Amino acid sequence: MSDNVTAQYKIEIDGLNLFYGQFQALKSVPMSIQERMITALIGPSGCGKSTLLRCLNRMNDLIHGVRVQGSVHLDGIDIYRPAQDVTDLRKRVGMVFQRPNPFPLTVYQNVVYGLRVAGIRHSRSLDEIAERSLRRAWMWDQVKDKLDEPALELPLDQQQRLCIARLLAVQPEVILMDEPCSALDPIATMKVEELMLELKKDYTIIIVTHNMQQAARVSDFTGYMLLGEMIEFSETQVIFTRPTKKLTEDYITGKYG
Amino acid sequence: MRIPPRFSQRLAIAFLGGATLVTLVILVAIIVFILEKGLLVLGWEFLFSSPKDMGRAGGIFPTLIGTVLLPLLAIIIATPLGVSTSVYLTEYTRESKTTRVIRFGTDCLAGIPSIIFGLFGFIFFVTTLGMGWSIMSGGLTLAFMILPTIIRTTEEAIRAVPKSYREVSFSLGATRWQTTKRVVLPNALPGILTGVMLGIGRSIGETAAVIFTAGSSLRIPESVFDSTRTMAVHFYILAREGISTENAYGTAAVLIIAVLAVNLLAYWLMNRFIARRS
Ligand SMILES: Nc1ncnc2c1ncn2[C@@H]1O[C@H](COP(=O)(O)OP(=O)(O)OP(=O)(O)O)[C@@H](O)[C@H]1O
Ligand SMILES: [Mg+2]
Repeated sequence: MSDNVTAQYKIEIDGLNLFYGQFQALKSVPMSIQERMITALIGPSGCGKSTLLRCLNRMNDLIHGVRVQGSVHLDGIDIYRPAQDVTDLRKRVGMVFQRPNPFPLTVYQNVVYGLRVAGIRHSRSLDEIAERSLRRAWMWDQVKDKLDEPALELPLDQQQRLCIARLLAVQPEVILMDEPCSALDPIATMKVEELMLELKKDYTIIIVTHNMQQAARVSDFTGYMLLGEMIEFSETQVIFTRPTKKLTEDYITGKYG
Repeated sequence: MRIPPRFSQRLAIAFLGGATLVTLVILVAIIVFILEKGLLVLGWEFLFSSPKDMGRAGGIFPTLIGTVLLPLLAIIIATPLGVSTSVYLTEYTRESKTTRVIRFGTDCLAGIPSIIFGLFGFIFFVTTLGMGWSIMSGGLTLAFMILPTIIRTTEEAIRAVPKSYREVSFSLGATRWQTTKRVVLPNALPGILTGVMLGIGRSIGETAAVIFTAGSSLRIPESVFDSTRTMAVHFYILAREGISTENAYGTAAVLIIAVLAVNLLAYWLMNRFIARRS
């Protein structure tokens, strides 16, 4: 596909193969992701959900021996083309990890990390963006008096939302979330889900989850993966009510494994 | 016959505890023995006056200067070199045959007796480069001697920084250098400092490598190209030539106290650093 076609989708993945050395973890995966929607990836452990997610901000580049074939277009531009600036890509496509992973720094220093890295030094702008990002992640009221305290002393769910705030500060367009709630209790999980629905207004979100109810609750589109293949990709409602593939139905109804 | 677990457990505790006790007693005995003899001559006079009659009388002031300058120079040269090397080996190269060879090389270097470094320093710095017996020759030699230690401790410290920190940093658009500078090195700093302190400790106590390269002049040096004598070398000469046993012990006492002070300072700095960060 040529790069200058007007993009219909925020992200278009086509024929994506990924090899860890000899092992093929993704097999000719196609997927089209719409802007300002939540797309969920579900599937059994080891099917390649995280791998697929990490292709979208090229975090797999950091792993030795990884080979990628096929194409991933962001706003119609191939992010695997040689001229792609990877740090620039990662600012546009941010990531929230499975375990809350604030740096062992203060709350404030965490939020502004990405900004400092981007070269913003002006302390008033840093303060402003920090406040805005913390508000967006719904934690300004909880931490506004604790900005200079160690982030690792916050409760886990606040740590995770701090990580989200840290990400929002660099103003990404796409947010990748790899099982962002798996370390959280049900109430904290619900809060993060509500937050995702709110963030959807401005961001394109792709979430990997083991929790099918979660996928059903928050996502607009769902992809079911199995052994490195995208078995079915469709509107969430369709996947959960009338999947077209037998494999998907087995997984949804819990007959898998 | 099998020893019952409860019994073997007690045996283990007794053995391990006993070993610890023996170690402790030996260490304390050495320190007490030397301090007891050394403190007899120790005083401001001893510390801050120049030696007379080759050290038979007078103090040890010039050797204080030598003992500060040589390790200082060594650490100033070895730390940036060693830390940069470790960063390169851990963050910028993949584990390969070459890195394994380099690592094996540094390990071997760490095990070489210091007198070999002294010999090398004598041939290379003192003679070939014509630096003569000088603080410069001695400092460079010591720097090479402690380089392997600094490289290995720094490498361990860098490896101990959780991978997830790097991942987050990259995912926020940081380059590898920004990640190294802002995340990896600050978190590895306590470990790096440990290596530096070990290096200082080794340099302060070193005789063989120093005597060949910095000489043993008792004059107060005026530049880094003057010869100097460290406390360790002074002690060695006083004791070996039978010049003055009392002053030898006095010097040894100062040495021990200095090393202790350096370690305490390092410990304090480290704790402060850790407290500030977490
Ligand atoms: N760094 C790696 N090197 C080699 N193989 C890997 C690597 N990372 C993942 N794999 C393999 O690739 C496959 C897909 O892994 P991936 O982590 O993407 O699965 P996942 O769907 O996210 O699983 P989970 O639900 O357990 O997180 C697995 O078989 C895994 O063993
Ligand atoms: Mg995963």
